[in-house]
Amino acid sequence: MTQKHLVEISGLSKSYGDVVALDEVSISIKENEFFALLGPSGCGKTTLLRVVAGFEEPDSGAVLLGGSNLLSLPPHKRPINLMFQSYALFPHMSVERNIAYGLEREKLPKDEIRARVGEVLETVGLRDKARTRPAQLSGGQRQRVALARAIIKRPRLLLLDEPLSALDRKVRAEMQLELKRLQHEVGITFVVVTHDQEEAMSMADRIAVMSLGRVQQVDTPVGMYQRPANVFVADFIGTSNMFEGVAAPGGVDVTNIGFLPAQDPTPAVAGAAYLMVRPEDVRIVDDGGLLTGTVLETQFFGGASTIAVQVAGHGAPVVLTCQGAANVERGASVRLSWPADKAVVLER
Amino acid sequence: MASTVAQGRGATKRRALGARTVFLGPGLLYVTAFMTIPILLVVSYAFLTRGRFGGVEFPVTLENFARALDPIYLRVLWNSIFIASVTTLLALLIGYPTAYAITKLPARWRTVALVLVVLPFWTNFLIRTYAWIVLLNSQGPVNKTLESLGLIAEPLEMLYTRGAVIAGLLYAYLPLMILPVYASIERLDRSLLEAATNLGASKFRSFVTVTLPLTLPGTMIGAIFVFVPSLGNFIVPELLGGGKTVMVGNLIRDQFLKARDWPFGAVLALVMVLFLAGLFAVQAMVARRINGRGARA
Repeated sequence: MTQKHLVEISGLSKSYGDVVALDEVSISIKENEFFALLGPSGCGKTTLLRVVAGFEEPDSGAVLLGGSNLLSLPPHKRPINLMFQSYALFPHMSVERNIAYGLEREKLPKDEIRARVGEVLETVGLRDKARTRPAQLSGGQRQRVALARAIIKRPRLLLLDEPLSALDRKVRAEMQLELKRLQHEVGITFVVVTHDQEEAMSMADRIAVMSLGRVQQVDTPVGMYQRPANVFVADFIGTSNMFEGVAAPGGVDVTNIGFLPAQDPTPAVAGAAYLMVRPEDVRIVDDGGLLTGTVLETQFFGGASTIAVQVAGHGAPVVLTCQGAANVERGASVRLSWPADKAVVLER
Repeated sequence: MASTVAQGRGATKRRALGARTVFLGPGLLYVTAFMTIPILLVVSYAFLTRGRFGGVEFPVTLENFARALDPIYLRVLWNSIFIASVTTLLALLIGYPTAYAITKLPARWRTVALVLVVLPFWTNFLIRTYAWIVLLNSQGPVNKTLESLGLIAEPLEMLYTRGAVIAGLLYAYLPLMILPVYASIERLDRSLLEAATNLGASKFRSFVTVTLPLTLPGTMIGAIFVFVPSLGNFIVPELLGGGKTVMVGNLIRDQFLKARDWPFGAVLALVMVLFLAGLFAVQAMVARRINGRGARA
């Protein structure tokens, strides 16, 4: 990872009255990276986006773009484009004119504008819709227009605010791949704001999870899933089984259950802790095992099944997933186990 | 929403129709009784012959329409359109910035400003127009102030001029410009302006390319709201124009009440109605084009 950082956000804070939207946020984003800001609504991710775009002024902190101060530039002069959640397409202009808008502001020659608009229309596959008005397009088509309008200026940084939230499920999956493909094709650094963890996981090279105005963790999707930095991240990303107890060497002494093994955390956690293990790492074993319990319920999802097991002394059922159909009956007694390196110790 | 209705069962549809009738009924009845019928009467009068002491008689004739083309009347019509147009233009030049400024006020002051805009409506129109006579007459406060400031040596002849009529109409109808323009600026999606900024437009550019075209339908409504009553007004030209400035409104009223030529009055009234209907049609067309519905290019 020797790529240079395109964006350096440091110590950014912003409050609205008593509400803290951003609390000392520091993030570095690399050139050509697909970066996701992930968090529940109200976590400050949209405020961060708006500060970078220039629609909000931070109370303190700095944002550097390619080493120069971004915050001193007025919003219309920043080499950054934003794709709005609502798309914000101009209803009184055709698709073509919407896309050309940014280039017209640069006062480029008409021929060049026409050529580049044609090119971008080709890229997003809307050649035949050039003269259509936004009101006559489908949601997915509007999203493409918004994207085309944002990338045509060849910004150094493209911000996307919940780019897929207005689309229905099927189109969304398609557009996820499309966005990823496009990012490789145009070679622009993407920063996507989303509340949908699956979306962030499937598209981003790296993710910053935010909560209450703070950055909780910045990592790759896999790293974040396997080694969440705290309970919030573990809970927010994927499903998890949590066991409450006290940290001990090589695991956690779990209340009412006893010692359970886990990988040693770095930095070391002492005192009150959680042991977290993902459902797909929990297995049913014939003998031995770490826990015993009774099957509460099984759910079949086609490719995989979920089994909920009630373990004595543990409040919530332990959830595990397995390939294909579950081969256990409800009410059956089962033994559960997991490899120690798949369980994570988290500070409580 | 339309598709939901289409998919609905017959009973739902009937119930919706029933509810609609209940809500629409009274308004529809009122409009039919007091708008449509009088207009139909006006239309029928226009084709009849003048009665000796007012009223109308047979036979049916087109002569009234021919008379409306007389240069004397065309000049009155032209004069009215000119005065109403100047009034509308001034209302636009003053009203748009005012409305724009109001939308930029903090929420509480916005309400205060809007109440101030409609405040004049709390007093009778006739009384307010009389007040302008007091204001503008040769011994009135305007002349007195100018004299005491030494700006003029003799009182200006402001009253009973075309300017006075325009000033009076502008005063009377300016709020009708401000309110719809305010509503359309207020309704404007803020993210559109942010998008324009993000794409490199300065404040002025984004105003010209986004705000202005998108508030055009509302502005046209405001313009029609000012133009229509200005064109038909007969109180202001009479009081502030001193009867020298004859407008279509005066002409129509005189045909019915003084000349007792109902058919000709009806023709003039009909010409006005058609003219105004045309204006509304143009507005509706522009609004459709701007919003991109039903537009092809």
